[in-house]
Amino acid sequence: MLIGLIVNPIAGIGGPAGLKGSDSEEIQRLAVSLGSEYRSNEKTKIALSELTEEKDQLMFLTGSGLMGEDVVKSLGFSYQILDEKKERTTSEDTLMLAKIMKEKKVDLIVFSGGDGTARDIYNAIGLSIPCVGIPAGVKIHSAVYANNPKDAGVLIKQYVNQFGESATVDCEVMDIDEEKFRQNIVDAKLYGYLKIPFARNLMQQSKASIKFSEHDLQGIADEIIERMAKKDDNTCYIFGTGGTTHTILEKLGLKGSLLGVDVVFQKNVVIKDGAERDIYEYIRGKDVILILTVIGGQGHIFGRGNQQLSPRVIREIRKENIWIVATADKLYSLHDNLLHVDTSDPDLDEELSGYWRIIVGWHEEIVCQVAV
Amino acid sequence: MKEEKVVYPYIPNSNPETQREMMDFVGAKDMWDLYEEIPEELRYKEKLAIPDGILDEFGLKKHVEKILAKNKNCDEFTNFLGAGCAQHFIPAVVDEITTRGEFLTCYGAESWGDHGKYQAFVEYNSMLAELLDTEVMSVPQFDGGQAISTAMAMACRITDRKKVLVPELMNPGYKSILENYMHSVQDELEVQVEYIKFEPETGRIDLADLKEKLNEDVAAVMIENPGFLGVLEDRGEEIGELVTSVGAEFVVYVNPISLGILEAPANYGATITCGDLHSLGLHLSAGNGQAGFISTQGEAKYLNNYKDFIYGFAEPEVEGEYVFGNMLIERTHYSRRAFGNEYTGTGTNLWMISAAVYMALMGPKGMEEVGTTILYNSRYAAEKISRIPNVSLKFTSPFFQEFVVDFSQSGKTVQEINKQLLANEIFGGLDLTGCYEDFDHCALYCVTEVNTREEIDFLVECLEKILK
Amino acid sequence: MGQDQETLLRDFHQARWSEPIIYEMSTPGERGVITPAVDKKIKDKLRNKENMIPESLKRKKMVDLPEIGQMRVNRHYMRLSQETLGNDVSVDIGQGTCTMKYSPKVQEHLVSRNSNIASVHPYQDESTIQGLLEIYYKTEQYLKEISGMDAFSFQPGGGAQAIYTNAVIVRKYFEDKGEDRDEIVTTIFSHPADAGAPATCGYKVIDLMHDKDQGYPTLEAFKAALSEKTAAIFITNPEDTGIFNPRIKEYVDAAHEVGAVAVYDQANVNGIMGITRAKEAGFDLIHYNLHKTFSAPHGGMGPGVGALGARGVFKDYIPVPKVSFDGEKYLLEHEVKQSIGKVRSFIGNAAIIVRVYMWLRSLGADGVREAAKCAVLNNQYAIKKISQIRGVTMYYAEGKRRIEQCRYSWEQMKEETGLGTEDVQRRLVDYSMEHYWESHHPHIVPEPFTLEPTDSYSKKDVDEFIAVLEKISWECYNDPEVIRTAPHNAPCHGIKNYYESDPANVICSWRQYKKKYGID
Repeated sequence: MLIGLIVNPIAGIGGPAGLKGSDSEEIQRLAVSLGSEYRSNEKTKIALSELTEEKDQLMFLTGSGLMGEDVVKSLGFSYQILDEKKERTTSEDTLMLAKIMKEKKVDLIVFSGGDGTARDIYNAIGLSIPCVGIPAGVKIHSAVYANNPKDAGVLIKQYVNQFGESATVDCEVMDIDEEKFRQNIVDAKLYGYLKIPFARNLMQQSKASIKFSEHDLQGIADEIIERMAKKDDNTCYIFGTGGTTHTILEKLGLKGSLLGVDVVFQKNVVIKDGAERDIYEYIRGKDVILILTVIGGQGHIFGRGNQQLSPRVIREIRKENIWIVATADKLYSLHDNLLHVDTSDPDLDEELSGYWRIIVGWHEEIVCQVAV
Repeated sequence: MKEEKVVYPYIPNSNPETQREMMDFVGAKDMWDLYEEIPEELRYKEKLAIPDGILDEFGLKKHVEKILAKNKNCDEFTNFLGAGCAQHFIPAVVDEITTRGEFLTCYGAESWGDHGKYQAFVEYNSMLAELLDTEVMSVPQFDGGQAISTAMAMACRITDRKKVLVPELMNPGYKSILENYMHSVQDELEVQVEYIKFEPETGRIDLADLKEKLNEDVAAVMIENPGFLGVLEDRGEEIGELVTSVGAEFVVYVNPISLGILEAPANYGATITCGDLHSLGLHLSAGNGQAGFISTQGEAKYLNNYKDFIYGFAEPEVEGEYVFGNMLIERTHYSRRAFGNEYTGTGTNLWMISAAVYMALMGPKGMEEVGTTILYNSRYAAEKISRIPNVSLKFTSPFFQEFVVDFSQSGKTVQEINKQLLANEIFGGLDLTGCYEDFDHCALYCVTEVNTREEIDFLVECLEKILK
Repeated sequence: MGQDQETLLRDFHQARWSEPIIYEMSTPGERGVITPAVDKKIKDKLRNKENMIPESLKRKKMVDLPEIGQMRVNRHYMRLSQETLGNDVSVDIGQGTCTMKYSPKVQEHLVSRNSNIASVHPYQDESTIQGLLEIYYKTEQYLKEISGMDAFSFQPGGGAQAIYTNAVIVRKYFEDKGEDRDEIVTTIFSHPADAGAPATCGYKVIDLMHDKDQGYPTLEAFKAALSEKTAAIFITNPEDTGIFNPRIKEYVDAAHEVGAVAVYDQANVNGIMGITRAKEAGFDLIHYNLHKTFSAPHGGMGPGVGALGARGVFKDYIPVPKVSFDGEKYLLEHEVKQSIGKVRSFIGNAAIIVRVYMWLRSLGADGVREAAKCAVLNNQYAIKKISQIRGVTMYYAEGKRRIEQCRYSWEQMKEETGLGTEDVQRRLVDYSMEHYWESHHPHIVPEPFTLEPTDSYSKKDVDEFIAVLEKISWECYNDPEVIRTAPHNAPCHGIKNYYESDPANVICSWRQYKKKYGID
């Protein structure tokens, strides 16, 4: 089995120094000067150590030195190098390696890094190859990463052993603007989706569980469509970012945007991937329903990947006109049982917090607490 | 002398020594310590008004036998009651196996520890599939009424339609079960149940009425064959063609013991066959021996719409072993809570084992013979009864096992007649008064392989006397 | 070699007969049993009758059933029974939330051998089933006492059907009142039937997540789910985790405040019989699984009885017929005001009611409470020991005493060894334990297992089960290979697709098997 391995050696370096990311060269230099060490190789090693029993059946394609070679070599895996050794690595290298791996038709890409790395991988391969992410970065808003390096290893192992039978799920790739983040402004965007082997053991058999998710998505769409049918014809609908709301639009026969916010009025998409101001101007004074879903790995409904829905937009819509949708699976797996809001307006956050009825399928809801 | 604490045979740790040791171990001084989470106001401290225990097993047995002795039963009396719970011969091996502790007391294990149980279940599937000429089925439902209800619900899901047609003369007990099941809190989910009229002469369904009611809104048409009133429907194929031509499912409710001599519904067009296992080796037990079945061919559209567990052959790790698995569990509410197909749960699995042993013992020949004996006995009884003055058969159709006797010319109610039969140690046929319109003074007689010619003759003799 | 009295482990191997499928045993011509033939005189009389069966309905070809002599049939099924571990032969305390008790043999013998129950027709004249009706009536009185409810119906054929019937009652109640309510509220740890059965009646379902500390939903979450659309709440207490919600009455009151009906899933009332009652907590409708709490056997999933209890106005809604007593004789009332009609034919599973009557009479008031107490004592004893086993953790309600069951987690062991609850489960049978139950879906407690050592089990039984868990935990940490390849001592080995999810791979019957593998 061919596995592509991409280690972003500088991932995470900004974290310990309180630098909230490692995306620019300047920051990297600063981090090292502040005493940060390169940890992503170590984390990758923890993950790949899970694969000692499968060693014989695996062939790694990887980057030289810190980009993967060092780890596979130290663990005694067979490997092949796809690039030439370099002094310093940039996101270009990640992108290039991933593209070569796609050409070489690897069966799985394992990468370690943070949100920036996930974005690079996404840009290179999209949904074409299943991936496993080893969390090593400072910012992890993307849902593509395992909980910890060891879990990532277990997931790879499972994928190897059930090769050809494993189901996959599409998970969000998100990133935030590091510059703004350093000024304590979270501006997270949804960039796209990667295919991740399905692992969580909620049911005895994962293959079955993945079907439920698909089924739930259809059920959610049915429920929303049924609710829309009962509304006044002059109601306009805002569909938030993400795959769940996108599925509803598809079922309505509308072409929306996967990663943006769309506005629908009388069965037409009137704004596609709208900017905050356009949305605000359009909905002012209208009857509005906002349909939105949980974005990212941390259970946010506002403030991650949907900044277009600004405080003034949300206030215009009003709390009672918001329908939150999510697959039950997503709610069960929330880290602390909580959903989060972070609109950058503390009063509004306070107003939005409390217990919400989340639509999880046709005629089924789960009550969930939204916290600030 | 201090009163000794009772040590209950079924509660080993009521033994004071052990109990004290365990209470110490968990740090509880008295019973209420164990329940410290239950607030004072919810604690029930009075003594329950349940009579003191009959501690000795002999005394307990005597006590219950004495109460039950107030009953009469179908071993000592001659029974002509059926109505979905007919009396049949049950081979001793069926009882031997059904009462085995392993089968009786097993529950939800996977198929390792309970391998044998699963094999028996899958053998049940295999033999019933032959009887019905079908391929797949789930575990059985509570009774035939539930089987009809779920068959209809399956048809509604398959066709995405919300209306079903059933015969007016169907089992009246099942009517109520079905109507409850088809009714919904939400209008959009309501399934409309319409009744097909019957031909007053023959008791068969009225084809003209069926044609009038049948259209592309109909999810399923159900017929019983033999009907609840015993009537045999000979136009199955024609009905089946009508039904399937509008894209509806053709559901046939069948009595499985008739299938050694009667054609399997699947062979005259049934797309879903259902029924009650009662006749395949289950005791009367005052109605405890009931279990619904539903069976179809193995297409995905049917498989995906069963509501209960489906067991079948799985792939073994060790080649050559038979192993069994739990199929398509994601259909059920166990996986999907509210989204499952209807709801499932504890049903009637033990009766699969009885039915499996019954079918294995009977073989093809046994099924043919028992069907033939029932056919002859019931026919003999019907003809003989119908020759009693002022007594007639309600319908002219051929029938199996059961037939409706019309006493309206006799001037006596069925209740009066049955009372006098009882004095002769006979349970007369089921009083149909009030069950359907215009069936006052009618009784449903059931005659099976267990009724001897002498018994039938004696019944006729008694009726003659009563009606003189 | 006997059981090692130090370790409590035994050298066990379950029967492995490698039995063929019954069809493979067939020898054409053999007979298993012969049924009464047609009487010669009857045959003669009807000799000239034609068309006793319409031509179109005559069976065209003989049924393909196996042909086997009686001894071989008997032996085959005896062997299959040996390849099954019921609680008659196994310490089965692992079926948490539903652990079965001992089903006393005196009850079993009586219901299967006494003609006054086994050979009674349900439509016999009332005067001829007075004994049975007396048992129904008295059993109802005892259950009324245990619950505080005003009436019981024994018609539902299982717990899930009782929940369904309760939902039907709720539906009819609001129809009669003319109120339009279409939602029910339940909790994520309640049995899935509490969501599935009301949904079957057309209700929309609102699930409540638990609070991550206390293990049940907060009152605030609960109130957030209630509205004028709520028809009923369907909840359990204690929940599957064994945690008792002490504020249950406030939850019920909150439901009543919005006009909703409070339905209590008491399928398992094992730990609180005679200790706390549904009435005092304010519930309107409840059900008990009589197979489980009240000693009737489970038969590998039925037949059972979900005894439905109703209070106040709801007692007029229960299914017909209802058993009553006029002071002299027992009656079957078919006309009950507002009754929903029928959900199960006849009068339900009568033989189970006889068993329950016997069980309650054998114990009496004191014994019933003793049973509850011992069930809880066994559980708390087991919890204290099992929580010491390496790799086991418990979720929620730390330091609180649990009632009759407990949900544990192998999460820690899974992290440390890669082996989790399914692995342990597969190994249990090697040590003679039938099974343990993980958890209903969803597995919110990771790597879960749920144990319920009811009153039927002695301290020695509980100790043995714990010793087995301890040994398996040791193996997971020290000898993982033996776990991975388990079971070793069962009737069969591993199964590749125990939960098959593709309809195309479903092989339900021998005819499909033959077709698939090209056997003639």
